[in-house]
Amino acid sequence: MVTQGVRSARCRAEVIIAASRGVGAMEEEMHTDAKIRAEIGTGCSPRGPGCSLRHFACEQNLLSRPDGSASFLQGDTSVLAGVYGPAEVKVSKEIFNKATLEVILRPKIGLPGVAEKSRERLIRNTCEAVVLGTLHPRTSITVVLQVVSDAGSLLACCLNAACMALVDAGVPMRALFCGVTCALDSDGTLVLDPTSKQEKEARAVLTFALDSVERKLLMSSTKGLYSDSELQQCLAAAQAASQHVFRFYRESLQRRYSKS
Amino acid sequence: MAGPVSVAAEYLAGSRARAARTVLGQVVLPGEELLLPEQEDAEGPGGAGERPLSLNAGARSRVRVVCGPGLRRCGDRLLVTKCGRLRHKEPGSGSGGGVYWVDSQQKRYVPVKGDHVIGIVTAKSGDIFKVDVGGSEPASLSYLSFEGATKRNRPNVQVGDLIYGQFVVANKDMEPEMVCIDSCGRANGMGVIGQDGLLFKVTLGLIRKLLAPDCEIIQEVGKLYPLEIVFGMNGRIWVKAKTIQQTLILANILEACEHMTSDQRKQIFSRLAES
Repeated sequence: MVTQGVRSARCRAEVIIAASRGVGAMEEEMHTDAKIRAEIGTGCSPRGPGCSLRHFACEQNLLSRPDGSASFLQGDTSVLAGVYGPAEVKVSKEIFNKATLEVILRPKIGLPGVAEKSRERLIRNTCEAVVLGTLHPRTSITVVLQVVSDAGSLLACCLNAACMALVDAGVPMRALFCGVTCALDSDGTLVLDPTSKQEKEARAVLTFALDSVERKLLMSSTKGLYSDSELQQCLAAAQAASQHVFRFYRESLQRRYSKS
Repeated sequence: MAGPVSVAAEYLAGSRARAARTVLGQVVLPGEELLLPEQEDAEGPGGAGERPLSLNAGARSRVRVVCGPGLRRCGDRLLVTKCGRLRHKEPGSGSGGGVYWVDSQQKRYVPVKGDHVIGIVTAKSGDIFKVDVGGSEPASLSYLSFEGATKRNRPNVQVGDLIYGQFVVANKDMEPEMVCIDSCGRANGMGVIGQDGLLFKVTLGLIRKLLAPDCEIIQEVGKLYPLEIVFGMNGRIWVKAKTIQQTLILANILEACEHMTSDQRKQIFSRLAES
C-alpha cells in the first residue's frame, strides 16, 4: 500500500526542567520516527532539598479513537488521557444550559474503588471551572484517564494529562490548568513533586491545581498535618513551580503546531 | 520574603495582554488575551488636523472586528479559547477590522450554519430523516428538502444512505436541521450520494486545507486517476474511482496527506504514476 512508510507524526516534547535555583537550562529533544534519543547529561536528576520538579514529557494525539488524547510523564509517573466530546448525552444526564463533564479514572491494577471516585470528582471540579461548557449545552465531554505507572504525585500528573488532552480535543477553555504536589516532611522541609517513598514518609502531602492566567487556585487536596503558614508556603512554591509547567505546555504545543 | 514578591511580578508580566497584530501566525494558548487595534482618528473636514470632539475623553474607539472560531469577546479584548495559530483576514470592502480566528487541529465536528456536510441516514420517522453528521446530535432532514420533491413524489432515501447537504439551522440551543437544496430550490450537487465508493474520516484541518482555493493536492490526485470525490466539512470524504484498488489507494493518500510534506507527497505520486 502507498502509505506503508508514512507514520502519523506525533509530537513528543521532552523538556528537562532545571531546578528553580534560576539556572533555566532547558534543553529539548525531539523523538523522530526512528526513535533516536540523545541523552542529556546534566539536568535536575539529583534532587536536593530545594524546590525541583522531575523530568517532564508529554505526547499528544497518540490515540486514534478519542477526539483528543495525551500522555503525560512526570519522573516515573505516567498517565494516559483521552477526551471524547462534545458528544451525545443520555437524557437523564443532560444539563439544559451547559455540557455534562464526566471523568473516569482507571487504576493500573484492579477495579476502580473509592479513592478513584474521589480523585475523579476533584479532577471534574477542576475541569468544570475551566471548560466553557455553556458553548455546548446538552452535550457530554468525557475525560478518560488511565494510570500507566504510579511513582508519586499521581493526582497532579492526572490533572496535567487531562489538561493536555482537553487542549488536543479542541474543547473551548478559558485557561489552562496544571497540578503540582508538595510534601512536607517531619522537620518542615518542602519537597515539590515527591516520589512515592517521599509521600509515604511525609507528614503532609498537598496537591494544588492552578490556572494559567493568574496562577489562581482551582482545587486543593491535602492529607496530613500542617500549619497555616506552611500551607501558604506550599501554595507559593506550587505557584512558582506551575510557571515551569505552563512554559512546558507552551513549548510542547508550539512544537506540535510547527509541524503543520 | 523576597521569593513571593519577585514571583508575583513575573506573574503579572506573564499575563499581560498582547496586541493581536503582533501575535499573527503564532501559536496562542487558551487563556491569553489579545488587544484589538485602535481606530485611527479621522481628520476633520477642514483638513487642518482638526480632531472630532469626543464626549468621553478617555476611551478611544476600537475598530469593529469579527471574532471567529477559537476566540471570544471579553470586555474590549479577545480571549483565546482554543490552541492554534492566530490568523487574520482583511475586510474586502467597507469599514471594519476584518476577521480574527484561531486555526486549530480538531477531530470533532460542531455543526455550523451554512456548512456542507456528508451525513449518514440513521432513521426515518414520519416526514423527517435523522442524519448522523458526527456532531453531538443527529440532524433532521425533511423529505421535502430535495429537488423536485412533493408530497406525492417522495425522494428515494433509505436508512444507511449517504447524504450531502447543508445546514439551515445550527446553533448550540437547537437540533441541527439540514436541507439538500439551495435557496433557489435547486440541488446544486446536494442530495443522495450514489452507490459504491468509500467514505472515510479525516481531521477538520485537513478538509479545510484540501478545500482551500489553491490546493495542489487535489489537482495532483486528479491527474492520477479519474475519480469522483465529495468533501464534507464534518471531516468526511467520499471517494470513488474505477476499481476498488484505485479507490483504496486514493483514500490512503488523502489520509496520509496530513502528515506528509509536499516533497514526500510528490515522490509518492510519481511512484504511483509510473506503476
